[in-house]
Amino acid sequence: MRELFSEQVLSNLAIVLVASLCTILVRFLPFVVFGRKGTPGRGVLYLGRVLPPAVMAILVVYCLKSTSFAAVSGFVPQLTAVAVVVLLHLWRRNTLLSIAGGTVLYMILLRVL
Amino acid sequence: MAEFRFALRQTVPVLCGYLFLGLAFGLLLQQAGYAWPWALLISGIVYAGSMQFVLVGMLGGGFASLLSVALTTLSVNSRHLFYGLSFLDTFKQMGRAEPYMIFSLTDETYSLLCGVEIPKTLKANRVRLWMSALDHGYWIIGSVAGAALGSVLPFDLTGIDFAMTALFVVIFLDQWRAAKSHLPAGIGLVFALIWLVILGPDRFLLPALVCTVLALTACRGKLEPSAMAAGAEPSAETDAAGQEEVR
Repeated sequence: MRELFSEQVLSNLAIVLVASLCTILVRFLPFVVFGRKGTPGRGVLYLGRVLPPAVMAILVVYCLKSTSFAAVSGFVPQLTAVAVVVLLHLWRRNTLLSIAGGTVLYMILLRVL
Repeated sequence: MAEFRFALRQTVPVLCGYLFLGLAFGLLLQQAGYAWPWALLISGIVYAGSMQFVLVGMLGGGFASLLSVALTTLSVNSRHLFYGLSFLDTFKQMGRAEPYMIFSLTDETYSLLCGVEIPKTLKANRVRLWMSALDHGYWIIGSVAGAALGSVLPFDLTGIDFAMTALFVVIFLDQWRAAKSHLPAGIGLVFALIWLVILGPDRFLLPALVCTVLALTACRGKLEPSAMAAGAEPSAETDAAGQEEVR
């Protein structure tokens, strides 16, 4: 129990709180700025359109950041599974199927290789 | 009650998705050493799917990492800035429910609310509130179950976190298909790889995001025309639909 409010726990609570407040800020901003009759600026709409694909590309790299080409088990499972997710999604366009298929394959490859 | 049943039917796809992804998030959290109350807290007050997966890796960073957490959250969630634009009027006329509707506007809830056709016999605002609240509930139940079951499940779940990678790949593909220009995706990819090589896996995310935003701003002249056409349409349609139902 003495660890309940250790510095580690408090800093983690702060991290969660900051993530929460920043998410709330982002979601409320358009309502605060544009109100009822307002119209968003051209720059806002522009970033709204071009940022999501760029951020997703970065996040995919973020997920694969630990990939290492030193050993077969360091890159084959994740790269094969990503390829399968892409193929499954191009084929069936079923988000759940693509995610489940890739994840199961990845978990199998991790254990086999 | 009719409103609840209608909302329940509409949210079934999100039920499947959120239970599965929530479960994966809860398991990941549990594997990182955080029990289910953390899942309840994070899914309750952060409620941002992709960001929550990134957040798991940031827990334990100490108070020194708060600025990095804030900037990463703002960047990863920056797309949410633009979801609200479609619902400025619709949410405004929902009165006391408005703050919650804004808070709970995730990718999936956004797409559901954009697509739903509510029968005239039902109270449209109540249906919308139920849909948002149900989605939030699925996500919380999934993540708490994942974190709680993770500690009792007898099998080894190493690798379940790949669900996050797969989710991002799927969203990336959907956005790639919808985009008129693939330059933004290319810019993001190139800066991510460059900074990964320069700074290594632990510190590349933030500079990659900053450089990408700067580069996209610099490319505005090249990309602007298509952005205006695609940005304006859904907003106008949804607003019109929202106002119709009030009157």
